[in-house]
Amino acid sequence: MITAERKPLEELIDYVKPFKRILLLGCNECVTVCAAGGRKEVGLLASGLQMALLKSGSNIEIKQHTLERQCDPEYVEELVPMIDGSEAILSMACGCGVQQLATRFKDKPVFPALNTQFMGASERQGVWAERCQGCGDCVLGITGGICPIARCAKQLMNGPCGGSTGGKCEVSEDVDCVWQLIWDRLKSLGQEDRYVDIMPAKDWRSGGGSGPRKIIREDLAE
Amino acid sequence: MKTESKLEKILAAGHLAVTSECGPPRGALPDQVREKAAYLKGVVDAINVTDNQTAMVRMSSLAASTIIKQEGLNPVLQVVSRDRNRLAIQADIIGAYALGIDTMLCLSGDHTKFGDHPMAMNVHDIDSMQMIQMVRDMRDKEIFQGGAKLKGAPKMFIGAAANPFADPFELRVLRLEKKINAGVDFIQTQCIFNVEKFERWMEGVRARGLHKKCYILAGVTPCKSLGAARYMSNRVPGMDVPKDIIERMSSVPKEKQADEGVDICIETIKRLKKVEGVAGFHIMAIEWEEKVEEICERAGLLPRPQI
Repeated sequence: MITAERKPLEELIDYVKPFKRILLLGCNECVTVCAAGGRKEVGLLASGLQMALLKSGSNIEIKQHTLERQCDPEYVEELVPMIDGSEAILSMACGCGVQQLATRFKDKPVFPALNTQFMGASERQGVWAERCQGCGDCVLGITGGICPIARCAKQLMNGPCGGSTGGKCEVSEDVDCVWQLIWDRLKSLGQEDRYVDIMPAKDWRSGGGSGPRKIIREDLAE
Repeated sequence: MKTESKLEKILAAGHLAVTSECGPPRGALPDQVREKAAYLKGVVDAINVTDNQTAMVRMSSLAASTIIKQEGLNPVLQVVSRDRNRLAIQADIIGAYALGIDTMLCLSGDHTKFGDHPMAMNVHDIDSMQMIQMVRDMRDKEIFQGGAKLKGAPKMFIGAAANPFADPFELRVLRLEKKINAGVDFIQTQCIFNVEKFERWMEGVRARGLHKKCYILAGVTPCKSLGAARYMSNRVPGMDVPKDIIERMSSVPKEKQADEGVDICIETIKRLKKVEGVAGFHIMAIEWEEKVEEICERAGLLPRPQI
């Protein structure tokens, strides 16, 4: 999923304080799962903003709504009947959702309430970790299902650097050395020989090196 | 012979080679480069010039290498993949060779987290293994990494690093083998304090015949003080400074610690000379270049062969 964290309240207050009526918009997908921008977080942020603004003597009307998916134009259309009642939108979706709104509602200021982080997975309750960088040419089949591009601090594709110690990365004791993980996994699969083949320099065109990427499925595109 | 590198000639002739290093200054101070290099003149065969070592901005490795070359010494151009993409690295290699630099070291580099620009983006377009491949292809196949033909191929003697002390230990020999397959000509190891562990690594190296496929220069560092030994032990990722070294450094009064550090270094070199497959030494006397001559003299590494 795409993970995100809420921006500090002060930054959000700066965004919304010029307005009297705003729409605070959650998203029911990834950001709900990572507890950053779902229905519950919309409610919490609405009261937080209202209290903070009241304290400073201003008043704001916050309409709360949560879309099934902010990154999907079909769901964004739902907002058409209610959008005129708000001067601005504060979006609790990832950056994709925020931009979808900005594209659809050209005369409406849209602000992000979240800092979009990374494509990750849940490690345990309340902990998410980066797993994929969307390089467009997946190497997991060679690396035992563990990604060195997303999970090595130096994106090393051919083994651990000289800083790997006790299974941990040199940048932090909280980070596993991904090449230790890959090696352990290759061993348990009896695929140690996979390590010996040199992974050649990557073609980053598929990974964003040639500009913003787009997928066009001729069989589906209208 | 693949190149005109003096280091290659010395190694190929079967002499124990000696290299050392100079960290370029953190400013436009060319005389400082000359001063450091002067300590090493006639003492070592080649001088590594670090590339933004510990992720701190310094005079570029290429510029400092050129100054050292102008002084009549042989620089080893260090290049890290952290700061440049493949275009910039290839451009620098061609530029370096055009300026008479024929020996280089391919590294991934310390993470920016440890330096003075932790907010910078790490490039890592290619890794050290892929850099070795790229330089070899530029030299031997006369092609750029992108595949186009190259006129005026840089004939670089290609080096890389190996750390026998990092984990997983069992992968460290295989990683060397991978670098050899990528095209490396010589290796400089991480500083050796734990000689037993190094010997175990070398056993693995010899078992696969790797010492015959590339030249392995054993890395050594004289500890300037007990504090320096402790710092390397605790703070430098992938360094293995055993307790007995720390104890030995702390057993002498502060004013004698530098001498003790030099003694340990010389004893280490003497012991490593007996290890089959060690083709020479890389003496990293960090900000202590003036000590290299004494170390070489007392370790029996002088005079240097004239080739």
